[in-house]
Amino acid sequence: MAVDTKKCVGCGDCVVACQTENNVPFGYARDWIVEIATGRYPDTIKVHFESRRCHHCDDAPCVRVCPTGASHIVEGGIVLVTHEECIGCGACIEACPYEARYFHPDGYVDKCTFCVHRVSNGQDPACVSVCPTYCLIFGDLDDPESPISKVLKERDYYTLAPDAGTKPQLYFLK
Amino acid sequence: MKEITRRDFIKLSSAGLVGAAIASPVLNFVPGFLKQDYTPPLESELTKTPTVCDVCFWKCAGWVWKDKKGNIVKVTGNHLDPHSNGHLCPRGTGGLGYYYDPDRLKKPLIRVGKPGSQKFKEATWDEAFDYIVEKMKDIESKYGRESMALFLHGTTGPHFEYLWEAWGSQTYAEPAIAQCLVTREVGFIATYGQGLSSPEPTDTRNTKCLVLIGNHIGENMHNGHVQEMSAAIDRGATIITVDPRFSTAAAHSTYWLPIKPGTDIALLLAWMHVLIYEDLYDKDYVQKYTYGFDLLKQHVKNFTPEWAAKITTLDAGMIRKTAREMAKAAPSVLIHPGRHTAWYGDDTQRERAMAILVALLGSWGRRGGYYFSEKVELPKYPHPPFPEPRWSWKTITKDKFKYAISGVTNVLVDHSLPEYDGPYKIKGWFLVATNPLQSLPQQEKTIRALQNQELVVVVDILPTEITGYADVILPEASYLERYDFIRNSRHRQPNLALRMPAVDPKGDSKPGWWIARELGIRLGLEKYYPWKTIEEVLDWQLRQVGTSLEEMKQVGVKYFDRKTPLYLPEGIDWPFNTNTGKIELYSTDLAAMGYDPMPVYKKHDDPPAGYYRLIYGRVPMHTFGRTVNNPYLNELRSENHLWVNPTVAKILGLENGQEVWLENQDGKVSTFPVKVRITERIRPDSVFLPHGFGNKSKLLHRAYGRGALDTELISKVNVDPITGSTGMRVNFVKILTTNPHNS
Repeated sequence: MAVDTKKCVGCGDCVVACQTENNVPFGYARDWIVEIATGRYPDTIKVHFESRRCHHCDDAPCVRVCPTGASHIVEGGIVLVTHEECIGCGACIEACPYEARYFHPDGYVDKCTFCVHRVSNGQDPACVSVCPTYCLIFGDLDDPESPISKVLKERDYYTLAPDAGTKPQLYFLK
Repeated sequence: MKEITRRDFIKLSSAGLVGAAIASPVLNFVPGFLKQDYTPPLESELTKTPTVCDVCFWKCAGWVWKDKKGNIVKVTGNHLDPHSNGHLCPRGTGGLGYYYDPDRLKKPLIRVGKPGSQKFKEATWDEAFDYIVEKMKDIESKYGRESMALFLHGTTGPHFEYLWEAWGSQTYAEPAIAQCLVTREVGFIATYGQGLSSPEPTDTRNTKCLVLIGNHIGENMHNGHVQEMSAAIDRGATIITVDPRFSTAAAHSTYWLPIKPGTDIALLLAWMHVLIYEDLYDKDYVQKYTYGFDLLKQHVKNFTPEWAAKITTLDAGMIRKTAREMAKAAPSVLIHPGRHTAWYGDDTQRERAMAILVALLGSWGRRGGYYFSEKVELPKYPHPPFPEPRWSWKTITKDKFKYAISGVTNVLVDHSLPEYDGPYKIKGWFLVATNPLQSLPQQEKTIRALQNQELVVVVDILPTEITGYADVILPEASYLERYDFIRNSRHRQPNLALRMPAVDPKGDSKPGWWIARELGIRLGLEKYYPWKTIEEVLDWQLRQVGTSLEEMKQVGVKYFDRKTPLYLPEGIDWPFNTNTGKIELYSTDLAAMGYDPMPVYKKHDDPPAGYYRLIYGRVPMHTFGRTVNNPYLNELRSENHLWVNPTVAKILGLENGQEVWLENQDGKVSTFPVKVRITERIRPDSVFLPHGFGNKSKLLHRAYGRGALDTELISKVNVDPITGSTGMRVNFVKILTTNPHNS
């Protein structure tokens, strides 16, 4: 997934859409907004917003540390948690450099699934499908013709905490 | 000793609200259908019902999705809909929070005991109607029907406007006019002979240069405009934002002009000067379509960028550069008109200046500027003629504000005060889906007007502050539970959209159309209500234009052919609906009414030492004060913050997150504290406070006491002499670090 920071206005629609689509309990969130402000008033100030969530890392530390195999990577690269197998030890929460996971009040660890139930039916994740600025781009990075592959070829981007070596799959377009 | 007032804010006490359903104060409310190990349902397992969102005025069409048990699980946009293009904003996506909110009004309530008592009793609808009808007839016999005023807002308003006209009163107004967009409408009417309406016909997605004057698209989630701004960014459009605050739009802009508040007209005049005196304006267009160019040229002769730079604190070079950028993109340049334009009291003239700039750039009726919107000619359901009132909003408004185009709330308030002793007294308030304690400035005056009424009725979904002043509270069904009139708004292509109930109303709440009709029948107005249900009205109307209620239930949105051109057609002498038949750079209407025919910059007061200008605005996840209690949207933002420049924070020794109180130039103090947000995004002479927080209704468990309400601090207004609109950005506040309510 890519987030176009030239367009995101930080409205939080992605957060509400995730909450209603996945029935995320109140007080918790699988995705969230961060405002980045740098520089000084009035000449050098810059602001952009990042819609953040699980980075679905290719080398996911949460999967490596999970003692039961509840955290796993499915075909296509989505990182999931099987709730029934999760013992709630929290090792994955510690291991994640992106703070993308939380304890669900029902006793397991929960996080963004890239709406696997939707994408496996050919739909975009809920956050992507509602975004009023069209700043979220989701697709298959293995397909060079997919919109996301194309945009990552054409535009400059950055990833968060690249030094953690997790090969994150959430890209922020500059 | 504080005088005991007749009405006071509604209070949460079991003694106060006898038997009424008081929600347990569970802040982390969970919808009833949530269960463990929730598996998100596939859309193929759900059913969908068409709706038109009512969380704001943009009226996006969408779908309400229900599971097999009939629970609403989500609301999404309708992809056919030009307002949303299938993408709702956070408020629309969270709209189901209206339905699930446990704080909702569920039963009609009638005040019991003496005036001033805080006791309400649950009532049946019959009892509530009987009470209202008796009081309305009493007011009629003592003062006349015109003395019953209607304050309305939103899509439920027209049902009551119809009732009022049938009853014989045209004493009505909505804050969406005098506190919002009337100056913009009149500024464009005076120039082009037509207003902009909603959604504004701005061709943002095709523009090469977008100019935003204090318009914070992206913080106001005017959905279609937000989406089109994204399209403009994709196409590499130049964006010029003029704002004392580094707004989200400014963050996405090519140029940010951090203007001194209240000086926009000087900038606009200087831009005109550059376009004219650098010969950059659209000569063919101006010659062909406009009136008064020579007068304008003479008028702006001395308004150089250097002159404006001193006033606006902007750089003269930047003023020239941005004017040239506009000219380079012309006619595909969009000077966006904004929406809430009630700022300084000379707002019609500021909007006029913007409209004139549009004409100089030749972008009215041009691709990438303004298109001509069109709506469906949808006949009204036939009704007998309405009785002519002896006086109306016009009688009490047009003598003072000659270019007022509809009722002015603040004029109605003035006529409701005890000291008003003229012939046009207002003695009853009927309020529909509006909370004037937040939406009108000068709160103290509003309260005095309320206390001088013999009847106050509130129709609403939630126990907002105004319900505490009501004699009768009528619980309305949310938009997810009701029909309303067909959405027929202007757009690029004429279209209709249907709202229908997805679920039954909760509790004993009822749709607005039903409430208005039942009241009408009890007032003896049967002949105006020959139909039993609104479905009959809608189906009749839809059949007149070749569709039906049945078809609309399936599609939600339906398009119709245009009958007029989308842009100015080449080669014909296009007639404008003005006195001269031209675009009036010099307004003959304003001249005839005794107002400045061309905009003039007039200096506004600066904040005194130790005070900062109070700028208010929006956050993208809330619609004014209406949504703060919505459980989904409250999660996103439960309180506002006071934006303070770091220089100011240093002087005052403020820290991020510190609670402060605000006191304005008249000694008005915010009831609740607000947390400081230290940010470079605001000028040091101003502070910014998002509107709609600091709610005083204890029955709104999530919203109560969270943050500060700007309305409390807007005790001063500069009234626009042309329209009666209240300019509200003329208040100054100082920041108090200790609780003033403790002393």
